[in-house]
Amino acid sequence: MNILVCISKTPDTTAKISFKSDDTEYNSDGVTFIMNPYDEWYALVRALEITEQNGGSVTVINVGPASNDIVIRKALAIGASDAVRVDIDAPDSYVVASNIAAHAKSKTYDLIFLGKETIDYNGSEVGAMVAELLDLPYASYVTKLDINGNQATVTRELEGGEEVSQIDGSFVLSAAKGLAEQRIPNMKGIMMAKSKPLNVVAPIQADARVHVAKYTVPPAKAGVKMIDPDNMDELVRLLHEEAKVI
Amino acid sequence: MSVLAYIESPGGHFKKSGFEVATYASKVAAALNTNAVAVVIGKVENAGSLGQYGISKVIQVNGDSLVNFDSQVFTKVLSSIYQEVGANTLIMSHTANGKSMAGRLAIRLNAGCISGVNALPNTSGGFTVSKSVYSGKATATYGINTPDRVITVMGNSIQPQSTGSAVDVENKSLDLGGGKVKVVEVKSEEGGVPLPEAELVVSAGRGMKGPENWGIIEDLASALGAATACSRPVADADWRPHHEHVGQTGVAIRPNLYIAVGISGAIQHLAGVNNSKVIVVINKDPEAPFFKAADYGVVGDLFEVVPKLTAAIKKYKNQ
Repeated sequence: MNILVCISKTPDTTAKISFKSDDTEYNSDGVTFIMNPYDEWYALVRALEITEQNGGSVTVINVGPASNDIVIRKALAIGASDAVRVDIDAPDSYVVASNIAAHAKSKTYDLIFLGKETIDYNGSEVGAMVAELLDLPYASYVTKLDINGNQATVTRELEGGEEVSQIDGSFVLSAAKGLAEQRIPNMKGIMMAKSKPLNVVAPIQADARVHVAKYTVPPAKAGVKMIDPDNMDELVRLLHEEAKVI
Repeated sequence: MSVLAYIESPGGHFKKSGFEVATYASKVAAALNTNAVAVVIGKVENAGSLGQYGISKVIQVNGDSLVNFDSQVFTKVLSSIYQEVGANTLIMSHTANGKSMAGRLAIRLNAGCISGVNALPNTSGGFTVSKSVYSGKATATYGINTPDRVITVMGNSIQPQSTGSAVDVENKSLDLGGGKVKVVEVKSEEGGVPLPEAELVVSAGRGMKGPENWGIIEDLASALGAATACSRPVADADWRPHHEHVGQTGVAIRPNLYIAVGISGAIQHLAGVNNSKVIVVINKDPEAPFFKAADYGVVGDLFEVVPKLTAAIKKYKNQ
C-alpha cells in the first residue's frame, strides 16, 4: 500500500505574526518554521503506521521553495521513504492542489493524506480540491482510521458528533487530532533522512484564483477591568449592561 | 447571476449556522442587485421558512443516493443546481461538511474559493472579503480573481435576521449516481450546546485540579445556557473529551462571551479564542498571561469564585 502525504511549512505555533510591504506580505524575519502540526502529528504518523502493518511506502510531497527542504527532511527522518518537492512558491490553495494532483496522477498511490488545515491560512481547501481533481472520495476531519484489505473504516469529527463510514478503494483523507500520536525523530532517522531521495520537480501551469489584498492585526485590547472576587453581581451587571453579551 | 446558498439540514432540521448562511447570502444578493436562492438536500421540515431570512426561492433536492453525506455526490448535486439557476456565487457554512465541499466545488465550477469568511464582502468595484488567518492572530482581506466564487461563512460572523415570510419550495429529484462512501453510523452528543455554534462558552483548564471538579463548570454553563470547553492539557489528560479542546490544535471559536476558568492563557490557547467578543478570565495568579487578552478579570480561587458567579447569574436570570 503506497501512501502520499502532503506536508506544508507553517510558522511555529508561538511565532509572533506581523506583516510587511504595506501589510500585503507575511513578515518571516526571525520566525521559526515547522511542519504543519496536523500534517506531521496525525497524517504522516498514521500513514507510517499503516505501511508498517501492511507493507508499502510513504512518499511526502511539498509544494514550495527550496527553503522548505528542512521540513521535508524532518518528514523523512520521522520515517517517510522518499519525498517530492514541487518547486514553486504557490500563491494560493488552487495552485498547491493542482500541483499535488498532477504528481498523484503520474504515480499510483492507494491513499492520499493531509492535515485537516494548515495553522497559517486555516483554509481546509487543499484536500477537497485534490479529491475533486482526482475524482476520489474525501474523508475529512478523520480521528480514526482502520484498513481492512481494500476497505477503510473512518470516523469523522462533525459539529456536535461524529460519523463512521466505510470507503472502498482509494480516497483522500484529512487528519484531525486523535488519528495518531506525534513521533519524535531519533538520531538514526535523522542520519538516514540525509540519504533518502528528495526529488525536485517543476510546477505545472496553474493560475491563482484568489489573492490577499491586505493583512490586518487585530487592535490590542483596551485593558482588562478587574472585578472584586466577592462581587460577582458587579461582573454580571457589566456583562449585561456594558458588554451586552448576556 | 443569482447567489446560491446551500443550507445544511442535519437530521432533517436547520441549525443556527444555516440561518446565518441564508442571511449572509441574501445580503450579498442585495449588494449585487440580484436574488438569493437556497438549496437543501434531503427531507427537511419547513424548508420554505428560509424565506424569512431573505431567500427568494428554495430548491429541495431528493434522491436515493442523498440520504447520507458524501462530498463527491453532494458536490455534483450542488454544481448542477448552481448551473441551473445561473449563479455566480455559492455560499455555505464553514462546517466539517461545508469545508469538505468548498474546495471540490471550486474545482468543478472553476471558481475562486475563500473558506471561513468572518464578514460581508465589499462589492464596490470587485469582490473582497475578510477572514481570520494565522489561527486568529490576524485578518486577511482576500480578492477573488475569477467570475465565480465559493465562500464558507464562519459561525457567529453574522446575526440571522428573520424579517421576511416563508417562500415556495421547488421539489426536485436528482440521481447522479451513488458515491463510494457508505455511512454506517452517525453519533450525536447528548444535550448541551455544540461548541462551534455556541454564543456563550465556559471553559476550564488545569486550575480545576481534576475531572471530578467539573460540576461547578457545568453548573455555571447551565445557568448561562453556555457550551463547555477546555484547554489542551485537560483534553490530553482525558479529563474532558477532545471535541471540547479549544486552541490552535483544537477548535477555533468566536463566541460572544468566553469565560476562562483556571487557564493561564498560552499563546496556542489564545489562538483558538481571541476572536471572542468578550473574554472573562478567572485565575488565582494575577500574573497569568490571559489577563492581557481579557476584557474582565477576577483574581481569586476558582472554587470560590465560580459558584458565586453561578449564583449571581441565577439571581440575574430570575429578575
